[in-house]
Amino acid sequence: MLPQCAEAVQTQPEQPEPAARISVEKGGLMSVAETLESRVEPSSEGRAGGPRIPPRLRRNLGSIFWQGCTLIAVVALLAFLGHNIALNLKARGLASGFDFLSKEAGFAIGFSLIPFTETDTYGRAFIVGLLNTIFVAFVSMILATVLGTIIGVARVSKHPPTAAAALVYVEGLRNIPLLLQVLFWQQLLINGLPGVRQSLSFGGWVFLNNRGLVLPDVSTGALPVPPSLMAAIIAATLIALSIIAFRRAEPSRRRQVTVWGIGALLALEVLLATLTVDWSRPALTGFNFRNGVVLVPEFVALVVALTIYNAAFIAEIVRAGIESVNKGQREAAAALGLPPRLTMRLIVLPQAMRVVIPPLANQYSHLLKASSLATVIGYPDLVNVFLGTTLNQTGRAIEIVTMTMAVYLVLSALVAGFTSWFNAKVALVER
Amino acid sequence: MGITTDSSSKSVSPGSAVSPLLRRYFGTPGRGLLSVLLATVWAWAAWALLRWAILDATWIAEDRSGCAPGGACWAFVVARIDQFLFGFYPPDEHWRPALILVLPVVLFAVAVSDRFQSQRQMIGAAIVLVPIASLALLVGGVPGMPHVPADKWGGLALTIVIAETSFVASMPFAVFLALARRSQMPVISMLATGFIELWRGLPLVAILFMAVILLPLVLPPGFQIGRVEMAITALTIYSAAYLAEVVRGGLQAVPVGQLRAASALGFGYWRTLAYITLPQALGKVLPGIVNSAIALVKDTSYVMIVGLFDFINIVTAALSDPKWLGSPTEAYLFVAAVYWLVCFGLSRWGRSIEIRSARARGVVRS
Repeated sequence: MLPQCAEAVQTQPEQPEPAARISVEKGGLMSVAETLESRVEPSSEGRAGGPRIPPRLRRNLGSIFWQGCTLIAVVALLAFLGHNIALNLKARGLASGFDFLSKEAGFAIGFSLIPFTETDTYGRAFIVGLLNTIFVAFVSMILATVLGTIIGVARVSKHPPTAAAALVYVEGLRNIPLLLQVLFWQQLLINGLPGVRQSLSFGGWVFLNNRGLVLPDVSTGALPVPPSLMAAIIAATLIALSIIAFRRAEPSRRRQVTVWGIGALLALEVLLATLTVDWSRPALTGFNFRNGVVLVPEFVALVVALTIYNAAFIAEIVRAGIESVNKGQREAAAALGLPPRLTMRLIVLPQAMRVVIPPLANQYSHLLKASSLATVIGYPDLVNVFLGTTLNQTGRAIEIVTMTMAVYLVLSALVAGFTSWFNAKVALVER
Repeated sequence: MGITTDSSSKSVSPGSAVSPLLRRYFGTPGRGLLSVLLATVWAWAAWALLRWAILDATWIAEDRSGCAPGGACWAFVVARIDQFLFGFYPPDEHWRPALILVLPVVLFAVAVSDRFQSQRQMIGAAIVLVPIASLALLVGGVPGMPHVPADKWGGLALTIVIAETSFVASMPFAVFLALARRSQMPVISMLATGFIELWRGLPLVAILFMAVILLPLVLPPGFQIGRVEMAITALTIYSAAYLAEVVRGGLQAVPVGQLRAASALGFGYWRTLAYITLPQALGKVLPGIVNSAIALVKDTSYVMIVGLFDFINIVTAALSDPKWLGSPTEAYLFVAAVYWLVCFGLSRWGRSIEIRSARARGVVRS
């Protein structure tokens, strides 16, 4: 059977006129035609007897039947669960609906980016939790990327002690549960650090004690009208000059022109910022700090743990990326006389990026989700504030769980979307 | 590599016969300085750790004040070791959780040793049987092993049972999801994709919260569910979603020719799956499966969210004992060392499988 089939496959394109085949078929050699057909549709059903339904259609019917069955089963299961929820909610006398969002929360939140008091609503508590989650995840992502890149580069160093140090870091830290690391840093920050009055001082601007990390506060003042008008004129002139220079420059020098233009604008910005921004230095008065922003120990512990743990994984991603760059690229760079440092920066890392970004996106989304460990040490993130406290007080289980799920799914999708957009850009530049 | 050393050899006098090893450490002044600096830091750290952890450490004491200052207070861990490993299990029955701790070690040793490499079915069967046996040992309820209620479970034994059970339960689930996602039927594929991506997009902490909140609600009224069951359910679903993607990668890597050949031999869907597709797919992604297992072992620590006294939680709870205040570092280091040994061992094993299969394919690897 099998060799015949193979032969038929081979001979089929060599049959020039289909009319001849049809005539053979009409001549009563149905079995030959069937063999040919079952070769085209290699399904066992095709050979079964019974009513003459074309095999493709028959398979489609089977497929539709199974899909229908699955759909019905899933809907039935969901209906059953929904029915149970309704019964259980009724039995416990729990209300439902989203009206609780506009009700007064009645609890305080220890750390928030926007003002929040006990008289604010549950809806605002939701926003506070969401912002806290995004804040802690974002800060950790940046720090973990920087640290991870450094360690990843050290991992492939030609200098054995450096490479060994990086290896010990990676293997030591990624095999210990993140939760344990979070708890460890929290204990260390609360029990291991001095009290407020004996704060560790970093240059008199930043202080660390067992109540948190105190940073200088920034407040922006407005410039009087004439200087700001002048600044605007200077900025506009700079932009215009840059555009003219960009158009006139040869294509190969355009990039340089762009860099200079942006640099000049940034310099202007920094100058204006130093003139207007008011840095208020934290000062110890009595038992607490005045004029500073306090990052609570829970936040610091979470950021430190998330950074250190994820940096170990990012280092491995960076290492794999660097190793994926063809050795010839380094050799070519060396042949051109590029020193190792520049080779790494200009030749290896940009090419490694292409390999690095997809797994990095994965790691970012993992970090985002892991930030919910905040709830274990009492940092008021979304899970802690909303899925924890708010749910306890209002009992609106279904609504709150749905909202929290939606937030995390949207955030994960955003991280994935942003990285794939960035990836497309990098890939385009590359080729 | 030769190129890099060439460019850095400028400072070394040309033609000098310095050995490449020496040049590696002291090729340039900067590199030499770094070598000396790192060597000093390494030596200092190793010495400090040795002194703190072993030389100046106290191993047996009545309470924290009995520990010598400046050294580790392992006495805390020693005094509480029963609780850390076995939870609140009745002392008379301690052999049961002890057996739970020993079983996976034995299984691992058998799986690693060369003698049993050919007995794949036996190892596979043991991987399924060990978790079942462990769970049975923990629960008890047969003559000779009285039933022990769930609130007595805890410590490392509970952590191991939860990790093993969720892993073994999630495996068939994952295979099913992966097959469904790769199905030609759009409805089934879409349902599986949605299910997998839903659980992959959610944090485990939130899933465990949901298990506590939602499981009692979605089950029929009057149906009770314990905390351990909640934790295992949540971890199984979570792990299955990740494993499904690993398995899907393996399924995609099976050459189409294999399926055609099976079909030519008259194999139906299920027989092709059992004899052709799955053995090859799972074999290809065994390292990925081991990685998922490592992740699951670490994620098991999250069960403290549902209020279980797993290894980490029972240690954390013991920290507030007034007799031993101020010993978090020692206690957490002990926990970290245990987790590290398990995870590092598993990852080395996964790596050795990878190398072995690469060799079997004829790819030359060091």
